[in-house]
Amino acid sequence: MEKKISILIVDDEESVRDSLSLWFTEDGYRVACAENARKALSRLESDNFDIILADLKMPGMDGLEMLRRIKSLDKDSIVIVMTAFATVDTAVKALKDGAFDYITKPFDPDDLSHLIRNASMQIALTQENETLKKRVDSLESVEDLIGKSEAIKKVLREVESVAPTNSSVIITGESGTGKELIARAIHTNSLRKFYPMVTVHCGALTESLLESELFGHEKGAFTGALFNRKGRFEMADSGTIFLDEIATISTKMQIELLRVLETKSFMRVGGNKEITSDFRVICATNRDLKSMVEKGTFREDLYYRLNVMNIHIPPLRERVEDIPLLIDYFIKKYCTSMNKPLITIESAALKRILEYQFPGNIRELENMIERAIVVGNGKKIFLKDLPLAKDIIDSSVESLDDFEKAFILQILNKYSWNISHTAKALKVDRVTLYNKIKKYGLKA
Amino acid sequence: MNPQTITLISFGNFEKCFLEKLAEAVKHEFNCSADIQETRVDLSEFYDPGRRQYNGDKLLREVIFLNIPGSFKTIGLFNVDLFIPILTYIFGQAQLGGRAAIASLFRLNNEQYGMKSDDSFLLDRLKKEVIHEIGHTYGLIHCHVPTCVMRSSTYVEDIDQKDAQLCIKCRKLIGLI
Repeated sequence: MEKKISILIVDDEESVRDSLSLWFTEDGYRVACAENARKALSRLESDNFDIILADLKMPGMDGLEMLRRIKSLDKDSIVIVMTAFATVDTAVKALKDGAFDYITKPFDPDDLSHLIRNASMQIALTQENETLKKRVDSLESVEDLIGKSEAIKKVLREVESVAPTNSSVIITGESGTGKELIARAIHTNSLRKFYPMVTVHCGALTESLLESELFGHEKGAFTGALFNRKGRFEMADSGTIFLDEIATISTKMQIELLRVLETKSFMRVGGNKEITSDFRVICATNRDLKSMVEKGTFREDLYYRLNVMNIHIPPLRERVEDIPLLIDYFIKKYCTSMNKPLITIESAALKRILEYQFPGNIRELENMIERAIVVGNGKKIFLKDLPLAKDIIDSSVESLDDFEKAFILQILNKYSWNISHTAKALKVDRVTLYNKIKKYGLKA
Repeated sequence: MNPQTITLISFGNFEKCFLEKLAEAVKHEFNCSADIQETRVDLSEFYDPGRRQYNGDKLLREVIFLNIPGSFKTIGLFNVDLFIPILTYIFGQAQLGGRAAIASLFRLNNEQYGMKSDDSFLLDRLKKEVIHEIGHTYGLIHCHVPTCVMRSSTYVEDIDQKDAQLCIKCRKLIGLI
């Protein structure tokens, strides 16, 4: 036994106390006795017991009253009521008042062992549950949201304020800025965190597939519907549904979605039973929904239904001061996962990264660092390890002519000065390329 | 009498060779000498007519009060149905870390369960029960090793599944190894 389970025996009969005390001590439990409810309650004020085994009929305060008082002190305490005068009424009453179980004296030794074993398992489960809850609470749910810039701090403040509510949220931002991460941060900081967060990438599915994905389907609803299938709204019951790329859904789906959001009920495709689900909706898009509403391509009523709170994630180029922190984070992440020693980044490489515009935002930076760790020498990330090093034109280039010269030279070098291939890559004819080489005085 | 003597005291009609085999098992298991004694006690005063069983708590007290000179530990052997107020029956009980214990073969007999009597089974079960209760007098609590004689047994089937020996851990705990 890892931890000694403690038992408090409350009975006015000395022989019962002694017998049970001996029985449980032999079984390795920590045992204490009290001869009446009053003494038991005062004992409970100074000591904790995992299990309280209490007689129902005792002079003074009876077992049921004691049970109620114990439960008012600690609703999770395990109280087993024992009595020599078993009636269904008292048993039901005891159980309704929160008793873990009820046993009639004298007990069968095996029943007693089972009862205590079950109670011990319940205690272990409760403790495990508490430990896991604490662990979930202590999880840095926004751990991937790295940054010290004012822009990201504002996002975090918004996440913090909206998370505990049930409001719908639209997250906007360019591709790769971490919209799903923000959605997850909202979910894990909400009261729904112990329930699932279900993600649907709306843009990846056709209208009919999306309908079946969101609402589920009944067997035989369409060709290939071999089984009943729960939809994402049903799966997200008590949790959160995250609809990514919401701007891509069709007008028909917008109407369906609006109806579901308003009634929180729907029918599976091919079904005739109304299903209700309690979910919170978070959407994300990289498009300007407001202008889509103005153009009439996105329903205004749905927009207002979803846009209770809008969180905008700025692109990486607008929060350059976060880049070094993000680089450190990705280096740690990938070196750890690849079982490599932690490496640093060369200052020239860092300078080049800070100048880069990152059209793919954090996703692009992450991929860049992962690649550099894979191809690098395992000690430092150098400029040559970065994919942008070859494609970027040197920042000393200041005029369009300089840019054209540098770019043509780069492509010529790439194709080993093969004129035909270079011309094809540049989408110009060979004569034009020759003229440019002559104009800029380019040499192999 | 050897100072490390465990006395097996018969409160019922046990065959001499049966008691000798029990004593031999105790001697072997606890590395001590074992003495057999018989007593004639009127058990009617320990009888509970309402339950039609004998009160194990009172019988244990009786064994404690016997105070046999030179006996290190004493176990009373019965062939009546034992109970304690809170439990419907017991096979035996002991003073944890004390000097006295009791055990009964009443519920160890196959005939109690509608099967043919089997003396070798009965002896085997009583050996285990006696060693188990004496183990408690040495301060041993129930052991989780499936084959250890100190494993808790609430049915005869449980007794049959364990060995008549202490496990290494229990032997170490009481200084036998």
